Amino acid sequence: MHIPDGYLGPATCGVFYAIMLPIWTVASKIVKKTLKAKQVPLLAIGAAFSFVIMMFNVPIPGGSTGHAVGGVLVAILLGPWAACIAITVALVIQALLFGDGGITAIGANCFNMAFILPFAGYYLYKTISYNAPIDSNRRVIAAGTAGYIALNIAALFTGIEFGLQPLLHHTANGQALYCPYRLNIAVPAMAGEHLLIFGWVEAIVTALVIKYLLKTAPELLDPSTRSNPVKDLAQGQFRANGVRRGIEEGGE
Amino acid sequence: MKITTKFWIGMAVLIVLSPLGLILPEHFKAGSAWGEWGASEMQKLVGYIPRGLEKLSSLWNAPMPDYAFKGWEEKGLPHLSFAYIISAVIGIVITVAVVLIIGKILTKKGE
Repeated sequence: MHIPDGYLGPATCGVFYAIMLPIWTVASKIVKKTLKAKQVPLLAIGAAFSFVIMMFNVPIPGGSTGHAVGGVLVAILLGPWAACIAITVALVIQALLFGDGGITAIGANCFNMAFILPFAGYYLYKTISYNAPIDSNRRVIAAGTAGYIALNIAALFTGIEFGLQPLLHHTANGQALYCPYRLNIAVPAMAGEHLLIFGWVEAIVTALVIKYLLKTAPELLDPSTRSNPVKDLAQGQFRANGVRRGIEEGGE
Repeated sequence: MKITTKFWIGMAVLIVLSPLGLILPEHFKAGSAWGEWGASEMQKLVGYIPRGLEKLSSLWNAPMPDYAFKGWEEKGLPHLSFAYIISAVIGIVITVAVVLIIGKILTKKGE
């Protein structure tokens, strides 16, 4: 799903950078408000996880390869805005250092994998797991379903971006200037392989990790642990300790 | 054990296993991801190299293209697997460093 340089025309590349700039700005503002300092290591782990999981290319025998993004998991754990930042960092480093995804396509690739994917995944998970108790299996099912559908929505967007290129840019004699495949080929190809294979990889990865975390660290999945005033009250003890420590230190 | 410690152990396991992402496609004779072909593959697929694609595709020279060392394209799978693991380590170290810096800036609440 990493669109390389040369597959999207300059207009498309520009549009997606223009779309992503305000999204990145809003993401940093929201994360600034909601992310706690103690969650930063988890955000780094999330970005690293997304980075490495994308290296696991899964083959379609005799065909193409694809991979999970891990972004739905990060979104479930830290919220979609924080996930957007984490996946963006992973994608930019993949493009700059390893040539995986083009630098002209960073806007588009981030739109598909760092915006559409975590947001779709997050809200699907929230909807399906609505009111589910913390030990409920419905949360695992919600995580898997969200992973499957979100990766497929992202793949669909990627297919559309590819498929629009021959319509937007071609020579007088009809040769494509960038991606040569039209929507009728690009969309079924991208959608088909993700529906058949790669969506399941994202689903399994997301569901397994959530299942594990529900058992070992359910506090990570308690939505009340995310920044909201009511929950902050519940964490009063934690804060009080911090304040006390601050007073003690100040007193010395 | 702290959950973050467990996460880091999991990460180490993923790094060691990462060459599977190289070996499995090779074993099952799977090619590039859809829409991620090189210029010569494109020539085979559609009979020509789109002009804009040809120009833009060489725009950026990544220091470790395809998670390998430059000039290692012809080396065998063991070498490439080694390079893949090194790439994973380098990529993760830089990713973590960048996110920690961003996180530090973002969580520094204004006085």
